[in-house]
Amino acid sequence: MDFFRRKRSAVSAKERLQLVLVHDRTDLTPGQLESLKDDLLKAISRYIEIDPDAVRIELEKDGRAQRLVADIPLKNSSRHRAG
Amino acid sequence: MTAQVITVTSGKGGVGKTTAVANLATALAMDGKRVVCIDGDIGLRNLDVVMGLENRIVYDIVDVIEGRCKLKQAMIRDKHYPEMHLIPAAQTRDKNAVSPSDMIRICKDLRADADFIVIDSPAGIERGFRNAIAAADSVLVVTNPEVSAVRDADRVVGILEAEEKGSPALIINRLNPTLVKNNDMLSAEDVLDLLGIRLIGIVPEDEAVIIGSNRGTPIVTDGKSKAGQAFRNIAKRLQGEDIPFMDLAPQSGLWNAIQRLTGRK
Ligand SMILES: Nc1ncnc2c1ncn2[C@@H]1O[C@H](COP(=O)(O)OP(=O)(O)OP(=O)(O)O)[C@@H](O)[C@H]1O
Ligand SMILES: [Mg+2]
Repeated sequence: MDFFRRKRSAVSAKERLQLVLVHDRTDLTPGQLESLKDDLLKAISRYIEIDPDAVRIELEKDGRAQRLVADIPLKNSSRHRAG
Repeated sequence: MTAQVITVTSGKGGVGKTTAVANLATALAMDGKRVVCIDGDIGLRNLDVVMGLENRIVYDIVDVIEGRCKLKQAMIRDKHYPEMHLIPAAQTRDKNAVSPSDMIRICKDLRADADFIVIDSPAGIERGFRNAIAAADSVLVVTNPEVSAVRDADRVVGILEAEEKGSPALIINRLNPTLVKNNDMLSAEDVLDLLGIRLIGIVPEDEAVIIGSNRGTPIVTDGKSKAGQAFRNIAKRLQGEDIPFMDLAPQSGLWNAIQRLTGRK
């Protein structure tokens, strides 16, 4: 028990800071990021079919720079296969 | 030759800015440099007591700015290093008594007769911080390996970058090697990875720092203190020397005993 508790404190400090710093640096709250994701998904869905659950959109830290990284798996077109 | 202006700042309070300024200035003076320290913490003057010069104050920086004395009259000569001087902060409550252009002018007047001007910034990101960085050629950001201190340091680094002050160098202060080893404190590598700036020194937690400030004698003068050694190394790096980082790994009693037995210690 004690072993696990100990392991965690520095690791969770780092993980929590990683998240907080990305949001501080971009001035985006986690809530705003969520609605940005929703808007992005809606826009993409107008053109292609996607599985919203497979989508990964995240802010990532790269040195002192931030980037918005999106990984959006596309479904194979069912129209072609049906035709 | 013209002086290099170095500002020490942090965001969060109490992380060791004043300690760093007193120790770095003293270490530079020990290396024969001409140093002027400026206490930029208006209303919360502290550098004077940490340096043991509180009894010598006649004039302060606001007296200079408001023309009540000449710059030279506000420069307090150090007890041990005659080439080191302190310009104390005023204890006024008027935070607007000093402006960024005042700081630039004072540093300009000091530059010709000094090698280093070291400015102690107040905590925060308001007026006093703006004053402290206004004249800086380079900025040192002090943090502790602790969540709130690192977060605030990151804010300050962001502001410095936005102000085009260049990327500051990082001092990680009060690192406890035993806690780091037990994974209960962010390591220096963690902090560096999070902040993404250049490291200029790691100063361990050391009781001797408190004893030194009780006496008004910065710990760099104590050859045995690890924190003192760390600050002396930073001072060398400020002079452009390439000094390797100290090994701060905790040494167990057993390991020490073995080293003693094998004559390695
Ligand atoms: N490496 C260290 N080991 C042990 N104690 C330390 C160390 N560095 C600083 N301290 C202690 O921490 C306290 C705060 O230090 P200091 O006054 O230098 O911080 P500061 O950043 O200037 O604070 P403020 O924001 O209030 O100006 C002091 O009591 C000091 O002696
Ligand atoms: Mg201070």
